[in-house]
Amino acid sequence: MSAPHIPILRQGKPYVSLDVQTIPKLGTDEAAAEISFACSDMIKYDLHKMGDAREALKKFSCEELVEITKKAGEIFLHDDLPIGVEGGMQSPEDYVLALASTSGLPHSLIRMNMKRLGNIFGQIDDIFQGLTRGLSWGVLDKGYGEQGGAPVSFSPTTNELAVILPSNSPAVNALWIPSIAMKVPVLLKPGREEPWTPWRIIQAFIKAGCPAEAFNLYPTQHDGSGAIIRRAGRVMLFGDDSTVKQYENDERIEVHGTGYSKFVIGEDEIENWEQYIDSMVESVSSNSGRSCICTSSIVVPKYGDEIAHAISKRLAEIKPLAQDDPTAKLSGFANPQFAEWINEAVEEGLESSGSRDITAEYREGERFQENAGMNYLQPTIIRVDSFEEPLALREFLFPFASVVECPQAEVLENIGYSLVLTAVTKDTEWINQLFDCPEIERLNVGNVPTNRISWNQPHEGNLFEFLYTRRSFAFAETA
Amino acid sequence: MTSDEARSQLDERVREMMKWHFSDETGCPFWLDWKKKAGWDPREEVKSYDDIIKFPHFEDEWLRDEKNERFVPNAYKGRPFNVFETGGTTGLPKQRVGWEDYKHDYEQFSDQLSDEFFPKGGNWIMVGPTGPRRLRLAVEHLANVRGGSCYHVDLDPRWVKKLIGRKELDQVERYQAHVMSQAVEIIKHRDISCIFTTPRLLASIGERISISDHGIKGCFCGGTSMTPEYVRFLQEEVLESRAQFVPTYGNTLMGLAVSIPEELPEKNYSVTYYAPQPRAVLRIVDPEKTEITKDYGEYGRVELTTLSHEFFMPRFLERDEAIRREPHAKYAWDGVGDVRPFGALTKKVIEGVY
Repeated sequence: MSAPHIPILRQGKPYVSLDVQTIPKLGTDEAAAEISFACSDMIKYDLHKMGDAREALKKFSCEELVEITKKAGEIFLHDDLPIGVEGGMQSPEDYVLALASTSGLPHSLIRMNMKRLGNIFGQIDDIFQGLTRGLSWGVLDKGYGEQGGAPVSFSPTTNELAVILPSNSPAVNALWIPSIAMKVPVLLKPGREEPWTPWRIIQAFIKAGCPAEAFNLYPTQHDGSGAIIRRAGRVMLFGDDSTVKQYENDERIEVHGTGYSKFVIGEDEIENWEQYIDSMVESVSSNSGRSCICTSSIVVPKYGDEIAHAISKRLAEIKPLAQDDPTAKLSGFANPQFAEWINEAVEEGLESSGSRDITAEYREGERFQENAGMNYLQPTIIRVDSFEEPLALREFLFPFASVVECPQAEVLENIGYSLVLTAVTKDTEWINQLFDCPEIERLNVGNVPTNRISWNQPHEGNLFEFLYTRRSFAFAETA
Repeated sequence: MTSDEARSQLDERVREMMKWHFSDETGCPFWLDWKKKAGWDPREEVKSYDDIIKFPHFEDEWLRDEKNERFVPNAYKGRPFNVFETGGTTGLPKQRVGWEDYKHDYEQFSDQLSDEFFPKGGNWIMVGPTGPRRLRLAVEHLANVRGGSCYHVDLDPRWVKKLIGRKELDQVERYQAHVMSQAVEIIKHRDISCIFTTPRLLASIGERISISDHGIKGCFCGGTSMTPEYVRFLQEEVLESRAQFVPTYGNTLMGLAVSIPEELPEKNYSVTYYAPQPRAVLRIVDPEKTEITKDYGEYGRVELTTLSHEFFMPRFLERDEAIRREPHAKYAWDGVGDVRPFGALTKKVIEGVY
């Protein structure tokens, strides 16, 4: 199949721009796709018309949209769907190959992410129940109703949910899928190397019967992203700590930042540390360590060296393999320079005398590897002497974690923010302290890998509360 | 006019300008002193446009550091002059003296405008940088020449540049909204049929009102580079294909290079500009060896030579790069296409701030 042309979607209508960029298949000069780019002013203009897109969704009841969402999930996983503007079709396998060719993700990880996305579509009812604490869908149709015996009314905060998507993980599209059933259109800015997933999800929704007007896809440059962030009613974006800081007082914007997720073991369970190695390995390395829910620091009261060695031995088995190798777990970098920059940052941290790369003893070759024209970083466990070490609380886009020893009583004052924290302990008093800590977004108590989350409990922002606001209301009694 | 005729006209203009600017009776102190220091006489050695490369590149700093009086030709001695400043978005502004040049340039430009879209007698509005810029007087003169009056709304691009530099993008939007509200009020409540503004401001006005519904038939635009997609957006969506969009390329130092608006759709909105030859010449040069002219179809840096009685400026390297384009039946000399900031692909330039 020749490289498809991915157009801009303006309320579902394809628009072929004169500003076209080609994304190559990684490590080659061959085009994977041509992409139409939108100018920022076009996006500003279109934002004024999003009320029409919402009207198109409002013609459906939430229950109808729920059924459409569930059906779209099956279509996304199994059907051939239109790709580009030339009438081409894309099978699920074509999708895997296309995404692998531009993102560097192994096929196995893409399939895993597809499955996760499929679950999101299928669990839309549960997700809504979880987000709304049991609200009936009918309340959104009518605008008001009852919940737990109390009158409730919700109004939308926006005509669109805008999402600035990254290139590194297709599963992040899970964040916006429920928006459709909540009758809020989406405006998506895909990552440069990853137009494939949002495009395919949109096509699945449309085939399932969703009005095309609900979908807006704008590949765009930096100024276009800026226009979206400044103008859209609600915006989700991904960024580092500085981005989080920049928007912390803007209620329109939800930044998904660095996760700093952690795996900690209590003093009561540390003698059993060997039982938790599987969980720690999974927490560090799932999805090639790219998710913010992957563990980046392991905190234990003792046996730090033993644990670091045990995990390293296991992680050293994860090597750069051919993308189509069914056992591949390590993703290459779409932007080869990223791997070099990250490696340099790790090496810089290792210049400190209190940090040692334990994986170096077990892995084959250097951390930085080139394989089949792609750059990889092999998993890395750093044993650090204290939280003062520069690598103690860092997060990188590959399987990376520090192991630090710290008395249980001092853990909370040292670890800072954690998107997910798994605490292996039965110590009730400590568990209560952990539940009381505002810097932990999601808390797993017991042997649960940090990467295992449930979508009916938001671990980072509540989509329903982001898109709707509660109002009080009353009807005058009629004679 | 054929290309050969255009060329001879240009060569004749070059000889005339050498005589004018390097003769004691008519030349200005700056160039007469330059001639003495250079040790050669351009009147003898520069006989055609090809000989212009005997001059070094005209330097920005000369228009910043030299007193303006030193650029007054002796032929104009004693006549008060206008002082015009360049945008000042890429450093300290440059100043240029002038008398009638802007009138000549815009009268010539007026002859290129369609009476259908820029009706004679129609009023204009200028929304953009006024202040010390030549454009302020030029657009009003254009309106007057065509029998109309001109309303003005000012925007200070130097302040916008500072805001962008400080990443105060909210302030940029608020300032733009302040400017827009003034422009929209005038467009709504006065009979306006033509507008001059910058691309960004045009789009911003179009966000607030339907420009065509308010009687505007023609839009003359300039100020910053535009991609073909952006030109298309302005023509098809902002002006709703109901008013004519006329992109121009120019500045205080050159005058106005014009495009051929009626051909934009068939050219996929790739704009080619033609300098007001023989008063000014644009050449696309190899950035590394500027004496070499690039081949047709190739990108190179824009070099400007201004050849008026009021101002001589040889081989000034603009801050832009463009594609060298073939002469057109309407303009029998080289054009410059798809202009963009020089080095746009390799460095970040604050451009298009207004």
